[in-house]
Amino acid sequence: MLSQPFGRHLTKVLSVSALALAMASAGVSAETLRWARVGDALTLDPHSANEGPTSTLLHHIYETLVGRGLDGSLQPRLATEWRIHPDDPTVWVFTLRQGVKFHDGADFTAEDVVASIDRVRAESSDFKGLHTAVASAEAIDDYTVHIKMSGPAPLYVQNLTNFFVMDKGWIEANGAQLPQDFKAGEEKFTVRNTNGTGPYILQSRDPEVRTVLSLNPNHWDAAPQVTEIIYTPIKEAATRVAALLSGEVDFVQDVPVQDIERLSNTAGVTVSTGAENRTIFFAYDMTSDSLKSLPGDNPFKKPEVREALALTLDRDAIKQVVMRGQSVPGALNAPPFVNGWDAALDAYGAPDVDRAKELLTAAGYPNGFTVDLNCPNDRYLNDEAICQAFVGMLGRIGITANLVSQSRTLHFPAIQNLEVDFYLLGWGVPTFDSQYVFDFLVHSQEEGRGGWNGSRYNNAEVDAMIKSLSTETDLDKRNATIAAIWKQLQEDRVFLMVHNQLLAYASKDNLNIAVHPENQPHMADVTFK
Amino acid sequence: MIAYVLRRIAQSVLVMLAVALVAFALFRYVGDPVATMMGQEASVADREALRERLGLNDPVVFQFARFVGNAAQGDFGISYRLQQPVMELILSRLPATLELALISGLLAFTVGVGLGVYTALNRRGWLSSVVMTTSLVGVSLPTFLIGVLLIWIFAVELQWLPSFGRGETVDVGSWWRSGLLTESGRASIILPAITLGLYQMTLIMRLVRAEMLEVLRTDYVKFARARGLSNRAVHFGHALKNTMVPVITITGLQLGSIIAFSIITETVFQWPGVGALFINSVQFVDVPVMAAYLMLIALIFVIINLIVDLLYYVVDPRLRVDRANARH
Repeated sequence: MLSQPFGRHLTKVLSVSALALAMASAGVSAETLRWARVGDALTLDPHSANEGPTSTLLHHIYETLVGRGLDGSLQPRLATEWRIHPDDPTVWVFTLRQGVKFHDGADFTAEDVVASIDRVRAESSDFKGLHTAVASAEAIDDYTVHIKMSGPAPLYVQNLTNFFVMDKGWIEANGAQLPQDFKAGEEKFTVRNTNGTGPYILQSRDPEVRTVLSLNPNHWDAAPQVTEIIYTPIKEAATRVAALLSGEVDFVQDVPVQDIERLSNTAGVTVSTGAENRTIFFAYDMTSDSLKSLPGDNPFKKPEVREALALTLDRDAIKQVVMRGQSVPGALNAPPFVNGWDAALDAYGAPDVDRAKELLTAAGYPNGFTVDLNCPNDRYLNDEAICQAFVGMLGRIGITANLVSQSRTLHFPAIQNLEVDFYLLGWGVPTFDSQYVFDFLVHSQEEGRGGWNGSRYNNAEVDAMIKSLSTETDLDKRNATIAAIWKQLQEDRVFLMVHNQLLAYASKDNLNIAVHPENQPHMADVTFK
Repeated sequence: MIAYVLRRIAQSVLVMLAVALVAFALFRYVGDPVATMMGQEASVADREALRERLGLNDPVVFQFARFVGNAAQGDFGISYRLQQPVMELILSRLPATLELALISGLLAFTVGVGLGVYTALNRRGWLSSVVMTTSLVGVSLPTFLIGVLLIWIFAVELQWLPSFGRGETVDVGSWWRSGLLTESGRASIILPAITLGLYQMTLIMRLVRAEMLEVLRTDYVKFARARGLSNRAVHFGHALKNTMVPVITITGLQLGSIIAFSIITETVFQWPGVGALFINSVQFVDVPVMAAYLMLIALIFVIINLIVDLLYYVVDPRLRVDRANARH
């Protein structure tokens, strides 16, 4: 279970020597990095908003017990070791790093972890869903924490990569033992003030304008090359790119797909791309007797129709035309670095319109049918354009899909409330394990599971297998179950997977910034050429 | 006069209540705030619980009444998105928008009036034709495109001016953060002010030109010339002054629109004003901020209309006489 963070340490060693060289030649130089992305962190409270940009910024100020490396593996941060208790499979044991201090000088101890676990499980925490299996946390000594689970939870540590640790004394002194509660109608101290253990300290913040972080000289890890971070959200894509080209920012995290090629050909600018932890797929109501947009009938219930849809989807065309080459098409609804991903299941064949028409005829729809296709238009890369392309492809086999394109604030609740028949959705897997996909998208709807199962897929055998994953401690056996579930899902064609999204970062070409699979680049890892 | 102002204020309150009611009726079509407030792991029950806590399940009328009740006590709530008090957020963003609106309004007014007078007096000059033709561009190009174009020319190619943001700011007084007192702040405001004011500039120019041409044909201008007054006195003392009534009306109302519809310009230039705050709030369905913003805009329109009405008094003596007679 323990992974050696060899790669990170090696880069650190290299970067430290590079820094030493730079310092020797030019004296102590402050390296400022100006970082732009589409949106700002919503809050600085580490347990109030489970949202990508918020966590990304907070990773610089606060730290987690374990971190996620560039290859998706777990890396030690505030915990140096973690294991399941040898005598009790329901207890996780964490050994904490010694000599770590919070920005205000307080020592980091096990009590802080316990207080943070309690805080993240509070009713008003936005992360509580990742910690439902926790029964209690206990400080055994200053540097050992036991987390007692309600049952065996072999993968719980995977849920901790965005679990930030706060100082117990500090949150108590400032009345912030609980995360922001909107109902209370007052702002928590922690929304604007921070006290973490991270490599950077908050200097100033003007929400949605500019956030300045400076180096924490007392950080436990090797000193990073970037000594100051100026973070500026720039919402408009054209302006963001212009700011990089005019030299006003050094690093643009969200590069529009259409600008990637032009930027790569611009002198002084480097674009790096990498796989993002996010799949884009279509799903359909496959069990109801009647569809909302086709009362009295449900073609998706018939396996032939689902197969026909799969034969109609031309993934390569979508990659070339809609995504301008910036996607990784596949047939399995999981990113490649997720545990349980299988190359054989991910392989997809060429589209076959004639065969698809035959299947439709065999299913009793020789003239096709008409149905609504729901699609978000402000959430994923070219989401609406993907849907439009698929509508055209469906037309070739006689299926008329009426595109209902709307904002995510309308699209997502409609899926969760089972109000749509046929839709596009994207899914990230923060735990890097297939169970996360099954829990939310596959398991039949019940308390705590199946919240995004808009397919209405309901298979008692699969449900039982999914449940067994949470408590199975024999990892080989568990992986065999995962494989069996995926095989069943592919046979039943629960998802019509389109592709994995790619991330693109653009920076001045004197910077080395690697693409992070969770889109959480860390400026402490950035080196200067 | 005071009774008139008071009556107008009472009417304004009614207008604002109506705005708030319409806004609340529309919010339900923007989407569900809970969808963006909670991460994807949140269960259906968690979402329902939050919706209940926020009172989103109550009938619209209830939500409206609660909003008005709290707003009357000066409490606009906490932003769902940024988790900070709404009034504080809006007040901290307002100076940026007002400075931008003021500068672009000033620019539109001075350049618009200047060019309008010039093109009216030199109707057949080649420069007038050039100005009139290019002004068509100002009216017909969308703001977004003008902004991107200006950024491309002046920030990326020439690198004379910043492409985004407000530059360095200085705190003036307790809450007014000004960008006009620093060099980078002044450089930053140029492109957004031109983008925002271009449409108004052309509008004012065409209006002034048309009005001037009209007035120059009137008898009293001919008499003024017959009296042997200088061209300068005729053009500016008599003709221009009489074109100003409609121009002030339009400029005043346009100032309202500049503030209200600076949304696009603020987005293109990442200008940290209330317009950008509003558009982000709409995408997040941040109901408290949207409600407060719409109330603020309604208030601004109401105040500007009031000021324009009062300015008529100053410019047009006939109104003063009428009003005085009416009181008897």
